[in-house]
Amino acid sequence: MDAGNDWAAAFFGLYNYWIVVVLMMVGFYIVIAHGNLIKKIIGLTIFQTSVFIYYISMGNVDGGTAPILADNISQYSNPLPHVLILTAIVVGIATTALGLALAIRIKESYGTIEEEIIQGMDNPG
Amino acid sequence: MDSLRFCNPKTIKEDNAIELLIDIVLLSFLVCIAFAIVRMKDLFAVIMLAGMYGLLSASFFVTMDAVDVAFTEASVGAGISTLLMLTTISMTGRYENTTRHRPMLALVVVFVTGSLLIYGTLDMPYFGSAQAPIQLHVAPHYINNSMSEIGIPNIVTSALASYRGFDTFGEVVVIFTAGVAVWALLMVNVQRRKNTEIDDANNSTHEQHFIVRFVAKMLIPFILLFALYVQFHGDYGPGGGFQAGVIFAAAIILYSMVFGLNTARRVISQPIVQLLTAAGVLLYGSVGIVSLLSGGNFLDYNVLSADPIAGQHLGILLIELGVGCTVASVMILIYFNFSGRKNDRELEEHKETT
Amino acid sequence: MDIVIAVVSAIFLLLGGFLCVTGGVGILRFPDFYTRIHATGVTDTLGAGLILIGLMLQVPDVLVLVKLVIILLMTLFINPVATHALAQAALKSGLSPLLQSKNHKGG
Repeated sequence: MDAGNDWAAAFFGLYNYWIVVVLMMVGFYIVIAHGNLIKKIIGLTIFQTSVFIYYISMGNVDGGTAPILADNISQYSNPLPHVLILTAIVVGIATTALGLALAIRIKESYGTIEEEIIQGMDNPG
Repeated sequence: MDSLRFCNPKTIKEDNAIELLIDIVLLSFLVCIAFAIVRMKDLFAVIMLAGMYGLLSASFFVTMDAVDVAFTEASVGAGISTLLMLTTISMTGRYENTTRHRPMLALVVVFVTGSLLIYGTLDMPYFGSAQAPIQLHVAPHYINNSMSEIGIPNIVTSALASYRGFDTFGEVVVIFTAGVAVWALLMVNVQRRKNTEIDDANNSTHEQHFIVRFVAKMLIPFILLFALYVQFHGDYGPGGGFQAGVIFAAAIILYSMVFGLNTARRVISQPIVQLLTAAGVLLYGSVGIVSLLSGGNFLDYNVLSADPIAGQHLGILLIELGVGCTVASVMILIYFNFSGRKNDRELEEHKETT
Repeated sequence: MDIVIAVVSAIFLLLGGFLCVTGGVGILRFPDFYTRIHATGVTDTLGAGLILIGLMLQVPDVLVLVKLVIILLMTLFINPVATHALAQAALKSGLSPLLQSKNHKGG
């Protein structure tokens, strides 16, 4: 195998994981740099989805099919990550809803959902 | 180094190339959308982009053979989560502040963490490799033995409901807890809401959307039927309690969006939804207790019937029903509370102005 | 016979793909919201419809055909309604259609 082919193999073999890292960091940046609580929750969702993509990518097998048993198919993708992520998605929306509910209550008590202003109101002076 | 890579030399074969192309295009789209979400100030646009992000990742899951996951992500990521966020910004305001909390420092932290993670991926087995450690341990057991041990074709369902039933029980309890917490945070006193003027105004706006109402009325029965199909066909094809619950809830939410929350509350009373939320978890737990009392382990369905396979079928049917029940009613409960809070606030503003 | 079906199906697929691309170009190039949703309407209804018809010609068994027909019917029902709801919402929130462009830069 010559060097160019090696690089191509590494690129296509690791591309999914690199994308996962990029998405994860975008979500992380939103969470730490943005002050708006709704935007922070959306950042968390992006972070979460990048983890889903990571798990599902790992479970994929070349030439495999969906893990539903059928005749004349011998190669299946790994069902275990699917199980974990399937439940994680629904738990994710339930917890996101909880976060949004908290944001609504914060808006009602403080009149804003910008982190800086809330901190200013909590620690005056 | 390559011996560590569990290397199947990833040569690009012709039948593989198109899948690889779709994979790369979808993932690149996801990155573009993520960057657009960072840049936008208008939260309405951000939420719409987040919905597209959910739908695209669902398409990606289909190309990765994770059909069950794609199902869930399409209905959750593109449907319900978008809706809840829209309801929220209608109460909290549409635009975000432009001031950033130490953006340079955040950028440095993100960049360093990202570089370390990228460095970490260099030791990962290549994507799609059949010899990667993840493919060698538990999964082959599920793939080879689930037909003889559980007796249903969909391996995801048998792993979810039977092999890892205890995990799933934990997840259902988390969903239940989150639902109860949202209810506790946003509960409004129903007695107070007796303003007919607002009701009339709401009803008349809902009456104006004749076309939307007509088509929604036609579609809702089919959506409900589809949810039931997904619920009970989950053993044989993609589907199961989680997906069915979300789809069922989506139909009810569509109804309450088009015909107004008060009409929806008259059709499906909230106390019954609250009862069902708990009943699903209770059903799941009781199956475990019954299997304990019959002499097996917790959630060991083999003892539920004289024939182990029939016992497994019965157990999976019951706990999927419990999951579907809890998920659907938690989603409905969450939406009712969000939307009820919004109506309540509008009512208060209305009172203040008059 | 097989070759005829393959060719006809390919024509449908290509036409559908072409309409999807033109819809995408339309979203980028059209001057205001109402003309843009016209472009998406074309993509959704005609583009997707032609692609589905192209796929129907290639199905291995009847069950898949029935599923594709159901998807086509759903698309034909839901997409126009979604477009209609979008346009109505925009009109209600006060976005007026661009009736005559002041300068000829856009378009």
